[in-house]
Amino acid sequence: MSLSPEDSLEHQLSDAHPGALSQIRKLWRGDSGMVPIVLGLVILVIYFQVRNSVFLSSGNVTNLFVQATVFILLGMAEIWLLLLGDIDLSVGYVMGVGSAISVILVDHQFHWPWYAAFALTLFVTTAIATLQGLIVIVFRLPSFIVTLAGLLFWEGMLINLVDHQGTGGSISNENKILYNLVNGNFTTVFTWIFVIAVVLFMAQTMVRADRRRRASGLVTRPFGVMVFKVAALAAAGIALALLFNANRGTFIVLKGMPYAIPIDFAVLAAGSLILTKTKAGRYIYAIGGNSEAARRSGINVNRYRLLAFALTGLTTGIASLLYASRLGGISDNIDSSLVLYAVASAVIGGTSLFGGRGRMIHAVIGGIVIATIYNGMALISIGPATQYMAIALVLLAAVTIDSLARRGSTSS
Amino acid sequence: MTNNPGPSGPMASRSGSTTPGDPGLSTSLLSLRGISKNFGAVQAVENINLDIPAGQVTALLGDNGAGKSVLIKTISGIWAPSGGQIFWRGEEVHVHTPRDAEHLGIATVYQDLALCDNLDIVQNMFLGHEETKAGLLDEISMELTTKRTLADLSVSTVKSVRQLVGSLSGGQRQAIAVARAVMRDSQLVIMDEPTAALGVSQTAQVLNLIKTLAARGIAVIVISHNLNDVFQVADRAAVMYLGSLVSEGPIANYDTSSAVELITTGESSRVPSIRVASATN
Repeated sequence: MSLSPEDSLEHQLSDAHPGALSQIRKLWRGDSGMVPIVLGLVILVIYFQVRNSVFLSSGNVTNLFVQATVFILLGMAEIWLLLLGDIDLSVGYVMGVGSAISVILVDHQFHWPWYAAFALTLFVTTAIATLQGLIVIVFRLPSFIVTLAGLLFWEGMLINLVDHQGTGGSISNENKILYNLVNGNFTTVFTWIFVIAVVLFMAQTMVRADRRRRASGLVTRPFGVMVFKVAALAAAGIALALLFNANRGTFIVLKGMPYAIPIDFAVLAAGSLILTKTKAGRYIYAIGGNSEAARRSGINVNRYRLLAFALTGLTTGIASLLYASRLGGISDNIDSSLVLYAVASAVIGGTSLFGGRGRMIHAVIGGIVIATIYNGMALISIGPATQYMAIALVLLAAVTIDSLARRGSTSS
Repeated sequence: MTNNPGPSGPMASRSGSTTPGDPGLSTSLLSLRGISKNFGAVQAVENINLDIPAGQVTALLGDNGAGKSVLIKTISGIWAPSGGQIFWRGEEVHVHTPRDAEHLGIATVYQDLALCDNLDIVQNMFLGHEETKAGLLDEISMELTTKRTLADLSVSTVKSVRQLVGSLSGGQRQAIAVARAVMRDSQLVIMDEPTAALGVSQTAQVLNLIKTLAARGIAVIVISHNLNDVFQVADRAAVMYLGSLVSEGPIANYDTSSAVELITTGESSRVPSIRVASATN
């Protein structure tokens, strides 16, 4: 290494503009890591559309997004802990308990105002996850085992809560607001306003960040890449708005974006903000990457692990409200594989099970992929047996790509 | 934590050493006077008198078990000394925790470097010390500081400061760990076996980096088993043997064979030994 000033970093960086090819390779190998799965999703969509033209109809796409909502939210809940290299196996039944609490409070006998019931639901799921986190941290137990115990315990609690109501294994929801979380829609005008506002906001954020980097003399991405991103975003927004705003009712007129979508979006935005723009998020990645290094850097590792558990609980609570809305109540016999879909959505999207790598958007992509397989296969009359096996193969492909990307990123 | 005038522990163990006010104290950044450390009945380090001047590289030599690590950990606040005094810029200080050492300006780069492979260079450089603006991370400011620090240290081999640390070579990782210490205004950088796991060209990079640090007025203590490296970068050498400092002085006083002799036997016919009176206590 020479010490001459010509070799200075400044000099090296200025002509380090990545070429298009290396850019593509980088995307493929996985910093953002989502290109393979998005391509896979596109192929799935084309396949299902060719097999059955109903697939991309307004009614079916809306339905698909609603189906994906619980996978997406549970996947995002799981990502907080996956980033630490931990896992929460109890999110499915904690969600069930949350759903039961919300239905019982708003409706069944207590007639609480919706906001109080929702707040208590979020509080309870957060407290449950925090308690499990405390047990993991204080007694230094593996989160896998503690939350496995949680899975069984909260299943029991769910059965208890539901059966106590004496309505025979399920409680139905009559509350309009809880019902509307999934089943209500924006007006068509408001759908457009929402879509345009989101696209404009994201485009403006991107442009501003780029301009600030440029002003500080830092390397920016090629201008074309940004234009492409904004255009893709706008195109997707417009396509979705058109789909949501087409009439999808058969006997009555049914139009507009379901509330579930802005809810998903808000959780995604808040989660991404915490992970990428705050110290807490940075520390969660650091602990997942090398907890000893984090500790020696003066980070209170246990405090941030506990925070991640709490955030898992809070996100699970939001999922529980939408789940109750979607089921129209809650039963004591909910789908026991929900937690597996939570982990699967995160991992299919590109989040690593080994900690330190992942983003909130991964759960969105993964959740949509799972819902697409369910929805599409049902449309072309493929039974649940094959659906399970198809999701299994997608999951396997996703973890294989993840593992190859890991090898690629550390060996080069 | 700094400059406590209070009692400094058992002074009785000090013997035959210099006292505050001697010339060594005024010119050196860090001065150890009669430092000892025992774990129960085991005397790990005994009566160490050592001056670390600013702007110079001091090689700390010794065989396994000679007490190098114990001495280093005492300086960096991991273990409090059992006896003796530590002077920083001529004033007595008490270093009880790694934070105390950090506040003084002492940074230790351990062999495992303590980097997060999944974070990029900027994120690692500022880990635990992030800059924020309105509660959110100020990436631009941190990136600029990182670039400036690396450029100052002539670390020119990294392509981008937004590269993940996991993708860097061993020498580059070492450079990032050192740059992180320098960025926090460290006056003394202690490096534990910085070249142990490196190839030839990367070793050269790290040795250059060490010289750059010294040229910027930073005191460097290097622990190394590789005498070739030591003779390339060190200005001074200090040799430990069975917990005592047996020889210390400008690197020109030593050659490979006398250094090996001191390391393995604690004595050399050609280099004046500083076996002090206390060794016979």
